[in-house]
Amino acid sequence: MIDVDKLGASFWKKVMMKGLGLFLAVNFIFGFFNPIRTLGSISAYNLLFPGRTRLPFGERPEQAYNLSLYSLEAMFASHEITGKKPANEYRIILIGDSSVWGYLLKPEETLAASINSANLQTGKNRVMRAYNLGYPTMSLAKDLLILSYAMRYEPDLIIWSVTLESFPTQKQLESPIVQNNPSPVRDLIDQYSLMIDPADPRFTRGNFLDATLIGQRRALADMFRLQLYGVMWAASGIDQFYPQVYDPPQEDLDPDETFQGFHPPVLNPADLSFDVLDAGHTMAGIIPVIFVNEPIYISHGENSELRYNFFYPRWAYDQYRQIFTHRCQEYHWHCLDEWNLVPGAEFTNSAIHLTPYGTGLFASSIEKAILQLIQP
Amino acid sequence: MSLLPLFITVILASVIGLFTQVRWRSWSLLVASIFFIYWLQPGLPIRHLDFWLPTACLSLVIYSWLLTHPKESPFTRSDLVTGLVISLVMLLIGSTRYIDALCCLTPTPPPTLPLVTVAIISIALIALLLYLIKPGNNYWIYGFSFLILIIFIILKAEAASKLVSMTLRSINNQSVSLASGLDIRWLGFSYIAFRLLHTLRDRISGKLPGLPLQEYLIYVIFFPAITAGPIDRIQRFVEDLHQPAKLSLEMAIQGGRRILLGIFFKFVLADSLAIIALNEANSLQVNSAGWLWVMLYAFALRIFFDFSGYTDIAIGLGNLLGIRLPENFDKPYFKPNLTLFWNSWHITLASWFRAYFFNPLTRALRSRPANLPLPSIIFIGQLSTFLLIGLWHGITWNFAIWGAWHGVGLFVHNRWSDLARSKGLFFESPPLVKKFVTITGTLLTFHYVTLGWVWFVLSTPEQSWRTFLKLFSIG
Repeated sequence: MIDVDKLGASFWKKVMMKGLGLFLAVNFIFGFFNPIRTLGSISAYNLLFPGRTRLPFGERPEQAYNLSLYSLEAMFASHEITGKKPANEYRIILIGDSSVWGYLLKPEETLAASINSANLQTGKNRVMRAYNLGYPTMSLAKDLLILSYAMRYEPDLIIWSVTLESFPTQKQLESPIVQNNPSPVRDLIDQYSLMIDPADPRFTRGNFLDATLIGQRRALADMFRLQLYGVMWAASGIDQFYPQVYDPPQEDLDPDETFQGFHPPVLNPADLSFDVLDAGHTMAGIIPVIFVNEPIYISHGENSELRYNFFYPRWAYDQYRQIFTHRCQEYHWHCLDEWNLVPGAEFTNSAIHLTPYGTGLFASSIEKAILQLIQP
Repeated sequence: MSLLPLFITVILASVIGLFTQVRWRSWSLLVASIFFIYWLQPGLPIRHLDFWLPTACLSLVIYSWLLTHPKESPFTRSDLVTGLVISLVMLLIGSTRYIDALCCLTPTPPPTLPLVTVAIISIALIALLLYLIKPGNNYWIYGFSFLILIIFIILKAEAASKLVSMTLRSINNQSVSLASGLDIRWLGFSYIAFRLLHTLRDRISGKLPGLPLQEYLIYVIFFPAITAGPIDRIQRFVEDLHQPAKLSLEMAIQGGRRILLGIFFKFVLADSLAIIALNEANSLQVNSAGWLWVMLYAFALRIFFDFSGYTDIAIGLGNLLGIRLPENFDKPYFKPNLTLFWNSWHITLASWFRAYFFNPLTRALRSRPANLPLPSIIFIGQLSTFLLIGLWHGITWNFAIWGAWHGVGLFVHNRWSDLARSKGLFFESPPLVKKFVTITGTLLTFHYVTLGWVWFVLSTPEQSWRTFLKLFSIG
């Protein structure tokens, strides 16, 4: 037996120095090469287990078999869109908020799934296949960020579902996924001259330490967990936690006429991020885009003469629709305004979340618009 | 135990191992172990119960020591000092209630100091009474063993623990309607009970030497092994305690490696596998037999890495402290038959039951005038032993079936071995055939054990049966 005391300080010093050196070297190399994006694109989805039908998002991973992460590479790598595009496929991508993602809806009940269930075909016998690229936060910049990644997957048509809540300029950086992807978002700001401050403090500020193995441990763990949850996704087809009970949309409303800090009577178009929609349209190039003003819940309770619902005072929403329609006409965009399409009973837990039947109604109107667009 | 408490534990063990002399090591271990049973005790909704359960644990150990202490061995000053140290530590933990910066070592604020003092005095008075009575016959020991078993049953039977919870809630003026079996979770009591019963039984059979209270207490609540074992024998444990234990480089390296291995097993492998391992909820959600097998395999591996990871950590911490805790796992899933599996899975638990239940029972059955045939004796012995091992995990039908599953499996293997031996099967076979038999046996054993986990992980026989059917795509 070797006594610790007899080894002397130099032995321990060497051990400590070598350990420290190795630790620093590994972290430095990781930080220098910053392989997190490459690592994110390595995925067992579409290989060992089927790709997810919607982007990963989950606040209760143990029950949802799904989790929220910030690596768009990992998110897309887990999505079914990453699979090879069949030659006869007419690829439709749907972007938007939680109503497109399908909050409280099963994968087979979402807007994309409803469109797919119609088995639409183009005039040239290409099978229309819709892909759900919605993501549950309300920000057009977030949608644009997702669209910028989705363009790699050769879409033939883009359907962008929007609602007023996603428009205010100050809300564009509210989405955590936007805040945690500063570099690609700044690229978009720069490329499309978006009215978003690239130095906004809400962007995460990464330094070299954040790029090291230690700094990226959380991101790496999330990517690994996403792969593990793939097993449960494949085994159960579940990707969301469904509560037994939830509160329906608010019927009685506060007599508050403000909207996101804006006061009546005029909603200034400059306060809304139509420039982001324009950027998306430019990004799409020759690929057609349909902008859809999504259905909202219309309350009939107390103060419903002032507000449509929890989100929107009437004056703001009415003016938003006018601005939206005007912008569509002015820029020759393909637009669809389905704000009052769905009856109140077909909303679930918020003014924009639809039941399977409500989603089906919404999908039918979009299907008609698609057919009109490609088979005029 | 999460990573932070584990880190603190490793630091503490290293400090005790490096800087304390033999004499002071025992005192350090005593104080550290007492602190740990309070610190690691899970928080409970019943007021102050997370303080009273560790306190009850200490009192049980003291009474057990008094009952097992040989009449001819006098008590020493060290025993009295140990009693004082226990009281002081309890008072110290109780006083954290009044110190904001320290509050609280226990998950919820401890009771008031006067109440803690009353508890200490009560424990001391009962101990004094036991000392004065000096019970010489074994009835007291049997009675005390029975008391431990009763507590054990209360903790393991949900209906009983719920009843106790309701009683405690009503005493505390807390809502009785919120009572649940989970209200009474006693850190490490299963292992404490095994150690106490071992010493009580060895006292009856005259195998237990007279030990100072300090060493007896360290053995029972030794902090590295309090949460998940292993279950050491006191005679062997005390030998290590007497060894000069200045931490050597070899011990430090061995300990460090085992701790790192344990951390990797528990916090990387087991916790990752937990995501996909079979459980109550996902057994109902899975839609194909193939994925269900994947989830079942994941559970089999998860439970191994979880449990053996904790054991590695405990053994590693023991190494740092100069105590060589016994091994609990020895590549169990690579064993070619169920008997060897149970010689390598939770070894110390199986040994405990072999020594204190199976052997005495089979001896008793053999000596009966009825003269039962050997296969019947083996069947009764193995089935009842494994029923008890099953029920040790919890008093439910599923744990009983899991125990029976293994009892029957062991009996079948025993008969098969006898038959193979008597017919000389495979003895003269070429090495390739022997290898094939070993590989087949390993695969069969692994799958038998893995299928047995279905009973273990699910809560009702109905759901387990449905899962079995789903595994084989029946129905």
